[in-house]
Amino acid sequence: MDLSTVTSYRRAARRDDLVLSEGETYLSGGTWLFSEPQPGASGLVDLTSLGWTPWERTEEGLTLAATCTVEELLAVPDVALGSAHELARQCADAFLMSFKIQHLATLGGNVCLALPAGAMISFLVALDATAVIWTADGGERREPVRYLVTGARTTTLAAGEVLRSFEVSASALLDRYAFRRCSLSPLGRSSAVVVARRTSAGVLVTLTAATRRPIVVALGQQGQEGSLARALDEVDCWYADAHGSPDWRAAMARRFAAQCLTEVSS
Amino acid sequence: MTRSSGGRVVVNGVSPDSDPAPGQCLRTYLRDHGCLEVKKGCDAGDCGACTVLVDGAPVHSCVFPAVRAAGREVTTVAGLGTPEGLHPVQRNFVEAAGFQCGFCTAGFVTTASALADEEGRVAAEGDGLARLFKGNFCRCTGYRSIRDALAGRSNVEEGGGFGTSLGAPAGRRVACGSERYTLDAPDDGVLHMALLQSPHAHARVVHLDVSAASALPGVHLVLTHRDVPDVLYSSARHESRLDDPDDMRMLDDVVRFRGQRVAAVVAESMAVAERAVELIEIGYDLLPAVHDPEQARSVDAPLLHPFLDPVRSRVSEPGRNVVAQSHGEVGDVAAGLAAAAVTVHGTWRTSRVNQAALETHGARGWLDEYGTLVIRSSTQIPFLVRKELAHVFGIREAEVRVLAARVGGGFGGKQEMLVEDIVGLAVLRLGRAVQLELTREQQFTLVPGRHPMRVAVELGADADGVLTAMKVDVLTDTGAYGNHAPGVMFHGCHESVALYRCANKRVDAEAVYTNNVPSGAFRGYGLGQVIFAIESALDDLARELGISAFDVRRRNVVVPGDDFVVNGPADTDLDFGSYGLDQCLDLVENALRADGRSVDEVPEGWMTGHGMAASMIATIPPRGHHSEATATMHPDGRVVLDVGSAEFGNGTATVHVQIAATELDVDPALIELRTADTAIAGYDTGAYGSTGSVVAGRAVADAARSLRQQLDALDGPILAPVSGRGHHQGSPRSVAFNVHGFRVAVDPGSGEVRILHSVQATDAGVVINPEQLRGQVEGGVAQGIGSSLYEEVGVRDGHVTTRSFRDYRFPQMGDVPETEVLFADTWDELGVRGAKSMSEAPYNPVAPALANAVRDAIGVRPRELPMSRDRVWRLLQGDRSSQGLWPPEARQGP
Repeated sequence: MDLSTVTSYRRAARRDDLVLSEGETYLSGGTWLFSEPQPGASGLVDLTSLGWTPWERTEEGLTLAATCTVEELLAVPDVALGSAHELARQCADAFLMSFKIQHLATLGGNVCLALPAGAMISFLVALDATAVIWTADGGERREPVRYLVTGARTTTLAAGEVLRSFEVSASALLDRYAFRRCSLSPLGRSSAVVVARRTSAGVLVTLTAATRRPIVVALGQQGQEGSLARALDEVDCWYADAHGSPDWRAAMARRFAAQCLTEVSS
Repeated sequence: MTRSSGGRVVVNGVSPDSDPAPGQCLRTYLRDHGCLEVKKGCDAGDCGACTVLVDGAPVHSCVFPAVRAAGREVTTVAGLGTPEGLHPVQRNFVEAAGFQCGFCTAGFVTTASALADEEGRVAAEGDGLARLFKGNFCRCTGYRSIRDALAGRSNVEEGGGFGTSLGAPAGRRVACGSERYTLDAPDDGVLHMALLQSPHAHARVVHLDVSAASALPGVHLVLTHRDVPDVLYSSARHESRLDDPDDMRMLDDVVRFRGQRVAAVVAESMAVAERAVELIEIGYDLLPAVHDPEQARSVDAPLLHPFLDPVRSRVSEPGRNVVAQSHGEVGDVAAGLAAAAVTVHGTWRTSRVNQAALETHGARGWLDEYGTLVIRSSTQIPFLVRKELAHVFGIREAEVRVLAARVGGGFGGKQEMLVEDIVGLAVLRLGRAVQLELTREQQFTLVPGRHPMRVAVELGADADGVLTAMKVDVLTDTGAYGNHAPGVMFHGCHESVALYRCANKRVDAEAVYTNNVPSGAFRGYGLGQVIFAIESALDDLARELGISAFDVRRRNVVVPGDDFVVNGPADTDLDFGSYGLDQCLDLVENALRADGRSVDEVPEGWMTGHGMAASMIATIPPRGHHSEATATMHPDGRVVLDVGSAEFGNGTATVHVQIAATELDVDPALIELRTADTAIAGYDTGAYGSTGSVVAGRAVADAARSLRQQLDALDGPILAPVSGRGHHQGSPRSVAFNVHGFRVAVDPGSGEVRILHSVQATDAGVVINPEQLRGQVEGGVAQGIGSSLYEEVGVRDGHVTTRSFRDYRFPQMGDVPETEVLFADTWDELGVRGAKSMSEAPYNPVAPALANAVRDAIGVRPRELPMSRDRVWRLLQGDRSSQGLWPPEARQGP
């Protein structure tokens, strides 16, 4: 829809361009910003013109630019995504929006939007990715995506902070994953997404969509079922919206967590 | 400050003469530059109606910043092909009849064009097609015909007289985007209207200052309760204006629901109008509100309309918030229950459902050269709107002209006057063209949807399953205004109860005001909700008796010769013009029995079951429905057919051409149809109550026959136009029947209901157009499945929480399985050439048939719609008490 209060638009090309004037807001690829009225927004700063390389395989692992689109993520060669390539496809499939939006939607935009059902949040949290954030003072900070997203539509990002990239460790691209999701209609917005990842130390179970913020349960080598059940009992942020009731979401998350644990353990 | 990245936007090979504005989406930029084929469905990236190609890639132009199109090539559906030179995908949509209203078609075609082979086909394995098209919504078809189009299958026939699958006359234009809908007209100097909506459920306006808003440059008019005619009326319209209560003013100093329009601003642009709305200073005194209809009719409840005169306003009991009520008994229900070998009882609830037509309500008004108020509106009822506008403004009907272009879906929602009144006032005040186009959010917050109902049913039967008593108690939540409240309540309790022959019947029904968004008309008009309860109870009865669900119907349904009885004297103008219910029961029973699907399709651990339900509907609404038609043969061989009925995806344009072509024995291509314009066509009550075929169609048949007689009597060539006229008054009325059957599998782990087999048999008399009839049935079934499994408008303390399609769970292609559609073989004495209506009815038996199948599978009776996965899962936990506790906002229905 038209954002009737917006009177300026500029394409960011360099970091200097990211300094926001009063009323300006960042515009990413998807673009959710145009799907709801944005009272108070008077200017748009387009991030998709920054020209960041969508992804780079490094010695430490994989770096995904915040402006990498879902389509570009899916185009990363399997060899570069390693064991996570199937997970990337599953998370992209979990998008409520069609390929027409995925073609444009970015990983950074999806994380900033911080919907519980954010499919790229599911992906990046499962990989235990670290977000690289450009701070307003010209500096940089790092924060795991699991902590960056603090609730439904809330993050730790301060005004003027911009997501630059996501760093994924090399080990995350070697580990084994299991994925489950559900929604109230076959291809609807996710009600619960669970990913289990088998690491050298044990199993990491991540919950998204069913909870207001990402939940990560780290399980050791022993007594995994019991630890998982106890950890899930302590979850205090089961999410409620038009896409599912919290009691059902909790039950689905438990069910999927157990299934995923079995799958990565076999 | 706009820093362009260089380059002009190129649209279908041409560069528009101006650059996009910052904050403008590509959709409005394209429409501003004459690309009216780009539609607004949701304006939020969900529905895909606005899909265009940018450098060959399909995008939702409503969420695509127009500035990003600079230096790029944009292709709209009109750039792909023309009616004379169709793109292969467009040809496939025409030949498959892959649309009804056609408002979504441009988006489907552009999306498919990016995926299609050179024959225009899109192939995908498994659920691949559903995934590819999850960003394209269709409300009319149920998607089967769209899948056919994508597969390159043809469903239309050449020639196309009565009984053949003639394609819609507008087909090629729809597929190319050149068919014009309500607001598809150049924006030449049109002023735009924005609405201020109430933030409160019940409040009195005590302070109002519009000076700042009025002073904003570009603002032409601000309308508040001080500016409106002192006339009470209803947004609902019927042949008789006495059918609906006079309980609303155009703008009022008391607001009764959150979202109610409080003021309107007319300005040079939508942006200015929206800014001015923000500048209106308004103060409210809050009044106590009531949101639960049971509480609303209790002694201490706040009253919504305490000062209405019950007689003059036709509100049953304003002192108890009761708009309409019916209490009556035939026979002796207590004795019938006492004599029963078996009794069953239960209470069922239905949710608030939105029509979700892809075209939002909108109207554009102006004064013509004679000073006539002209309103071009998205309406099913142009003549009734004209009548009421004249009443509200105190002017003669001749001073008002209302017309409808092709309407982008209605489903009953456009049997309301929701925009025409305030647009008309602004036009009369300003003497300039004014337009109001509702947003998708407003479709949820101020457009009346389906009445939520609470229905209690008690049945008694003897040991053979013959009913000894039927007791039905209905409570409907009509919201803050009584539009359609009496009609929906009486109709809902009518054919649902009259379908069964039982000596002892009692029906108590009340329609109640609450401070919720008003309810209104929606396909089935109350029947679906009451039938859900009665047909579920009958299923319980069959189980108790140990006889089949089909047999319990066979033993109790009315047959020719029976009266139609609810809770009082039998109907006098309802008759068995034909009877195909017996066939429908057999057809569905055999189809379910012959269900050849192997058990392998059912995942391990899932529970399976089957269920059925029956329904009856009168072919025409009661108390009069009139239509006039004129057929004129011109010397050049063209036949001009004028008929007042509107085309909104119901297919009557096709049917009228077929009827006239057959009566006149001419090629359908020679017939030019002019519809839905009070200045051109003869009177038509409106396209509601499934009357397009049986009322308007009979008028068309009469007109064509009259023309034929005159032509046959002519000696020699036609030298001047010859006209025949026809008329039908909508009475006596016949009955039509539907029976639906499902086989389902339910995952006890998740509550997922998977439809394995869906079959509906319909008794529509002689089939006028098999492909269109199938499409109407499939579309009704799809909406039925939507209400049964997915759709739900959440309301919390009167605040609508479901404000977009994505939160409404609008059924997508992957949510709607194919339905086997079977036709009974009957010939109706009262219909048009043996045909009956069949448009609303297919919706009605779907929910109970599905609920009965779920009951069969899981052993627990669902009593609430939608049977969403979380609710079914809860049923399986044995947690029946909590059913309906979540989501809390949705549970404010009865």
